[in-house]
Amino acid sequence: MGEEILRVEDLTKIYPGGVLANYNINFSVNKGEIHALVGENGAGKSTLMKMLYGIEEITSGKFYLYGKEVHFHSSKDAIAAGIGMVHQHMMLVPSLTVAENLVLGIEKKKGLFLDKKKAIEETEAISKKYNLYVEANKRVRDISIGMKQKLEILKTMYRGAKIIILDEPTAVLAPQETEELFEQLLNLKKEGYTILFISHKLQEVKYLCDRLTVLKDGRSIGTYNVADVTPEEISRLMVGRDVKLEYDKDEQEFGDRILTVDHLNYTDKFGTKKVDDLHFSLRAGEVLGIAGIEGNGQKEAMDILTGNLKAESGSILYRGKELTGMSITDNRKAGIAHVPEDRNLNGCAPEMSVRDNLIAASMDKFSSHSILNPAAIEDYCNTCVRDFRVKTAGLDTSIKSLSGGNVQKAIVAREFTAGADVIVLNQPTRGVDVGAMEFIHKKILEMRAEKKSLILVSADLAELRALSDRIIVFHKGKVAGVLDDISKVTEEELGLYMLGLKQDSDEKLKEA
Amino acid sequence: MNFFTNLDFWFTVLRCTTPVLFATMAALIASQSGLLNLGLEGAMTIAALCGVLGSGFTGSLFVGAITGIAAGTVYTMLLAYFIQHFKANQVITGVALNLAAGGGSVFCLYSLTGDKNASNSLASAAFPALKIPVIDGIPGLGDILSGHNCLTYVAFLVAILLFIVLNKTDFGVHIRAVGESEEAARSVGINVEKVRYQAMFISGVLASLGGMYLSMGYVNRFTASMVAGRGYIALATNAMAAGSALLGMVSSILYGFGSGISIYLQNNNVDPYLITIIPYASIIVFYVIFSFYYKVKRRSEETL
Amino acid sequence: MKTAGKKKFEWYGIIRVTAAILISLFIAAAIIFVVADDPMTALYKFLLGPFSTKRNFFNVIETMIPLVFCGLAINVMHKSGLFSMAADSSFYFSGVVAASIAIACPMPNIVHQIVILAAAMAVGGLISVIPIFIKRKTGASEMVVSLMMNYIFFNFGYWLIRKNFLDPTNGSFSTPFQKTATLGKMIKGTNTHYGLLIMVAVVIFMWILMDKSKFGRELKLTGSNENFARYAGIKVTKVVFLSQLIGGMLAGLGGGVEMIGMYKKFQWITSVSYVWDGILINLLAGTRPLMIPVSAFFISYIRIGALVMSRGGDVDSEIVSIIQGIMILLIASERFLYQMKKRKEEREALQNQSLEAEGAN
Repeated sequence: MGEEILRVEDLTKIYPGGVLANYNINFSVNKGEIHALVGENGAGKSTLMKMLYGIEEITSGKFYLYGKEVHFHSSKDAIAAGIGMVHQHMMLVPSLTVAENLVLGIEKKKGLFLDKKKAIEETEAISKKYNLYVEANKRVRDISIGMKQKLEILKTMYRGAKIIILDEPTAVLAPQETEELFEQLLNLKKEGYTILFISHKLQEVKYLCDRLTVLKDGRSIGTYNVADVTPEEISRLMVGRDVKLEYDKDEQEFGDRILTVDHLNYTDKFGTKKVDDLHFSLRAGEVLGIAGIEGNGQKEAMDILTGNLKAESGSILYRGKELTGMSITDNRKAGIAHVPEDRNLNGCAPEMSVRDNLIAASMDKFSSHSILNPAAIEDYCNTCVRDFRVKTAGLDTSIKSLSGGNVQKAIVAREFTAGADVIVLNQPTRGVDVGAMEFIHKKILEMRAEKKSLILVSADLAELRALSDRIIVFHKGKVAGVLDDISKVTEEELGLYMLGLKQDSDEKLKEA
Repeated sequence: MNFFTNLDFWFTVLRCTTPVLFATMAALIASQSGLLNLGLEGAMTIAALCGVLGSGFTGSLFVGAITGIAAGTVYTMLLAYFIQHFKANQVITGVALNLAAGGGSVFCLYSLTGDKNASNSLASAAFPALKIPVIDGIPGLGDILSGHNCLTYVAFLVAILLFIVLNKTDFGVHIRAVGESEEAARSVGINVEKVRYQAMFISGVLASLGGMYLSMGYVNRFTASMVAGRGYIALATNAMAAGSALLGMVSSILYGFGSGISIYLQNNNVDPYLITIIPYASIIVFYVIFSFYYKVKRRSEETL
Repeated sequence: MKTAGKKKFEWYGIIRVTAAILISLFIAAAIIFVVADDPMTALYKFLLGPFSTKRNFFNVIETMIPLVFCGLAINVMHKSGLFSMAADSSFYFSGVVAASIAIACPMPNIVHQIVILAAAMAVGGLISVIPIFIKRKTGASEMVVSLMMNYIFFNFGYWLIRKNFLDPTNGSFSTPFQKTATLGKMIKGTNTHYGLLIMVAVVIFMWILMDKSKFGRELKLTGSNENFARYAGIKVTKVVFLSQLIGGMLAGLGGGVEMIGMYKKFQWITSVSYVWDGILINLLAGTRPLMIPVSAFFISYIRIGALVMSRGGDVDSEIVSIIQGIMILLIASERFLYQMKKRKEEREALQNQSLEAEGAN
């Protein structure tokens, strides 16, 4: 491998509001390698890359390129230094054409006006040169995600980048598109480009990369040769624990089916059938795990169940009461709590205090004649903070200044203490640190012991296996499999169901 | 309802359109760059005053024009500076500057001339009216289109020019890119702040021209509340334009139409307070109809 | 530790507001020095004029009353996250309604005032709901619609007065109100009327509503993150509608109180700008209802100071608008004095980091 071309020392980033995203990061990249940056959600990968690309200001620390310290004030400086970045969320202007996006910022002119013909010619030329096919004339809002990504890569090439940063490029791609992308990246490597590949998918890293640097909680843990470490070892470094989660679960008698979902349908605004004649049920005192590749209707089904979305048709019977068509308010009153998928969008009001966030969903409980009872609120919030170990400077602190794990613990505290009998958890430990994760798991099992019924939607199969009494697998808006005996379930088997390669019989699915 | 056939009426429509057309274009270029220029009202007021003061004290139309444009533009750049540098809320900043401009213009007028509320003691200049050579001779059309104040022609030229700039030049594409997707523009190295300052600069110049048309066009004096909400109306006409300068011209003419009716009725002895409502009410109605149309259109696009 | 966190935050806000006030007063002083022939006298009158006579001082109190109503109206309306200026229409038009009833409907004392104020409130509430209603139906911006509305309601209202109650001997004011219609004077020798008591009651009510009640908290959550509020089971649409309704009612009540408290006939021949002042008053108060009387008093004080200065002097009282504009500008600037806060935040973030690291080991 070539010489070192990029190096950072003790890089630290603190966002306004006092959020510490990166702390003393150290790593270096060699010329011509594909270097992976791995870490869980919220480990600080994207922030680090934004600093390298000049979008975010560096709070402290040093950044060397080709042995010389550099200070980027904007991405213009980074581009001039030969760095290109393909963002996780495409950085394209939807109403402009592919060609216009490619040349944006460095357009060629004919007289006073833009030379649109030239732009299209250049787009087609560079597209051919790197074998990345794009349609130059189309508006970006009309092209596929795969093509958008190719356009993003071409944009970096067009600007003469030698080091290309890709921020979780496969997260939005279909499997075939991913394969195609990898082929193209390996080609680029052959031509001498250096690639920084950000991911939390270890198989991809193993397949594609030469070296990897692990980030955890905003810190760099170390750099390793990919060939020298197993995926299990990487995973342990990333999460700081063994992948296998094991808890002592008491044997428990399950009660009646208290919630039954039947013939549920929902079509989203793009016309995709997200929930398709869905059927499943929940027994009292069980943890029902829901597995599935993201986008197979889990989120929509949970949103319908909790009143956040209106179903087209079908029924949800809860203790003999029809839930579909009920407002969120009535839904909550009926005894259904919900930890939503996106905590900053739906789970809390980031600008408001820990206190206000804790009482948001149960204000009736803390008020008489519409007047809030401050003493009761204080008591309740202090109990929540203590019992759920929410690390906060105080109840008046705005919740956005807490770490992701603590925000999530606060949200879980709010939902678990709401007195609900059914608790829907959607990705409850996504992007939180291990300590918080284990703590939330413990609380989930406590709720189970109290005979509450929980629905756990998670992309983390280890988590599902460790906590669930039963797992159902979603595929294309339907239940594809029901797994009753958790001890015998393997992740491989779950994978087959998730990919639609295995399907249980209709009779068995009726039992779900 | 005989005014539709009255040539004077249509002449008046174009006359009333002028200041709002300037303001609409000013709002348009700001909003295309992603900023809300709520300070239009104040910029127009300041420019209207400073144009009168500049020309009144020097006797020169040119000096007056330069003073007016400079004042309105500096004011708009101040707004841009607070929004971008101090990260101030755009709405509140606009309100603050409009308040300062409203009272400040009266304050300045009094301090410099001793006049209250109207510049009666100043002999200020006015922009000349133009007869368009060929068109002037055509009966009917000439009566409507020719003989307007030169700023009226400038306003319509500006609208066409702005349409070309936004669609055919790199500067225009940068403005649109910054407004539509700030991050995308930033990531290719476009200096977002700089582009926005440039857009606001143009916005300031256009708003100033609109303001000066009021005090140095049809009449040549400044009165305290002469802008009368045209800066706010421009927000509505701009929203109707949905990013197109040519549509902005149409929506401005819609306002001019309402305004023309109210002036026509005024000549027919209807209570002035009642008919002052017409342009505002008509623009609300048009704006609401357009908003509803865009809402329905957006929804149908989403479900495609 | 808990209280420390709270205090620190408030200090930052107080320092910012104080600095904004001082800077704008300083600029005002500079302008006075440029403009006035005798700047020291002018400045003296500006800063201490309100204390010069009993009448002047109570002028401050009287001017403060409508400002408090408007500050509270803006407070509740803008907390929803919407920026509607419809309270301006409410204030003016409720004044028109109050005047109309005061002139045209003879009623016994006390009943008359109550009827007037109730009508003013109702009309004010209805008007302020219009922009949000249109927004829900068509998507039109509440700000743009409300700004247009203000011109309409001013002209329409004044036209109604002219058409029905114009005093021909005067030509622009109305005929006088019935004797039974006015709020009596509270303090002899001044214009300070019983509206002051209504104001105090309303402040207390709004303090409880915004800071102590379920509704206030729901409104705050909605304004802060509407998605979350909806998810938490708050009826967002209802809360937002109510906030506009209540704001309009407050502005309407303010308009009514001002009309029958300060005047004996309708005299608003230009639109009144109290609701625009309400934006500043709400900002100065840190959007806390209980602080609104304090900031309204302050604004009222500099207004009367400017009036005293302008009487017989060469400095126009409109200098107040410039001062107010600058204050709003500075307080609304997130990054004004931000460095002070930023350094502290960074230090604390690093401290937390090392604390957590120790805890982990």
